[in-house]
Amino acid sequence: MRFFQHFGEYLLFLKAVFTKPEKGKIFVKQIFIESNNIGVGSFAIISLISTFIGAVSTIQIGYQLVSGILPDYLIGRIVRDSNILEFAPTVTALVLAGKVGSNIASEIGTMKVTEQVDALEIMGINAANYTSLAKIVSGVITIPMLVLYAMMLSLIGGAISGWASGIISVESFVKGLRTDFMGYNVVFAMTKAYTFSFLITSVSAFQGFRTEGGALEVGESSTKAVVYSCMSIIFFDYIISQLMLFK
Amino acid sequence: MIVIENVNKTFGTKHVLKDISANLYKGKCNFIIGASGGGKSVLMKCMVGLVTPETGSITFDGRDFLKLNYKEKINVRKDIGMLFQNTALFDSLNVEENVAFPLRMFTDFTEEQILDRVNFCLGRVNLVNLNKLFPSNISGGQKKRVGIARAIALNPKYLFCDEPNSGLDPLTSRVIDELIKDITKEYNITTVINTHDMKSLFVMGENIVFIHQGAKWWEGEKEGIRSSGNKELLAFMEASEF
Repeated sequence: MRFFQHFGEYLLFLKAVFTKPEKGKIFVKQIFIESNNIGVGSFAIISLISTFIGAVSTIQIGYQLVSGILPDYLIGRIVRDSNILEFAPTVTALVLAGKVGSNIASEIGTMKVTEQVDALEIMGINAANYTSLAKIVSGVITIPMLVLYAMMLSLIGGAISGWASGIISVESFVKGLRTDFMGYNVVFAMTKAYTFSFLITSVSAFQGFRTEGGALEVGESSTKAVVYSCMSIIFFDYIISQLMLFK
Repeated sequence: MIVIENVNKTFGTKHVLKDISANLYKGKCNFIIGASGGGKSVLMKCMVGLVTPETGSITFDGRDFLKLNYKEKINVRKDIGMLFQNTALFDSLNVEENVAFPLRMFTDFTEEQILDRVNFCLGRVNLVNLNKLFPSNISGGQKKRVGIARAIALNPKYLFCDEPNSGLDPLTSRVIDELIKDITKEYNITTVINTHDMKSLFVMGENIVFIHQGAKWWEGEKEGIRSSGNKELLAFMEASEF
């Protein structure tokens, strides 16, 4: 029952968030600030993680394809598909759920417990809209870009680790990348990226907005934001895979 | 003038506000006093629309706030300025941006006009050369002044102050009291002050509403407190060493 109550509250929160902003100019400024926080601020961690995921996946696939019967360029192909289909969008989203999600929840939660949200309401400003819409829009703009960037870096990381460990030459790896490439896989990955970015930002904003109490509760909200964002990412990963890969 | 009539509010099984009625007058410092947990903060939250009472009416110069639609409520809220107990300044904005915030949201002023108004409001609360500092870099008294400057930026008709002296030293408290009193008289505002600081009450209080255990026990001018005969009110005053 509590799940349905929380889900209902989440929908009402979204209804309050998706209204016309009070001042367009201020909203646009907020989007730039939040895009910088969410997108540019996550650039380093995503670079590191995606490069190493690509590198590790190349080594592990190389380790499993030791028969000598299969051509080695298949390693590149499998690394490409596994990174585009799963690792880049899902792992990026899970990492950002931790970094961006906790940040959003604690920022809005702190505003809530220090009466800053009340101050907005008393001024006649829709506080849910003011505190959350720019964060959600910025997340939906920048997180898919980070996913595309993660895809690219994971393939580069894969090529480098394959060459450095002597598993596969760069030429064979690139041949594998180009073999039977399906643009639909990128569409699938980007569908996941947009869905996950909305989930991370909206779930975290909601958790922040329902914070009541003090510093302890802000911490709890931040933890809940990460946990619920990760759970919803995994759940929607399954749903989208089922709907788009086996129609 | 704000007229409160038969306001009731319950949280679960707890009856927090019991049939409260009171008049809060224009151009006066109206005090709501009472012990902690007595319901005065809830009453103030009902007045500014953060809490909705189950029954009763709260009328701002003829506009029954509880019966207004969303847009009409926003129009009333634009006439309200509020000084919060913990100031509620926006952490991410500096002093200037905090005071400019309501002006940017609700007026079509140019940046020059906004800056002029901000400097006027900051000057009015005797704060100069702090424009670019963030709330975390200024003292508690300075934060209260910025809070007052933000509250008066849009020339409000109603000024609500929730525990304006909490956390301040006695000297700064008196300065803030004088400031609120001066602004009330200068702009002819209906000022509502929620406090249990009796010094403030005797310095600037004009109309007093005493809330005890969720009910209004006494209302009148401060001169009438000692002769009120109200045991709870007198006990409250004595406990405050007055």
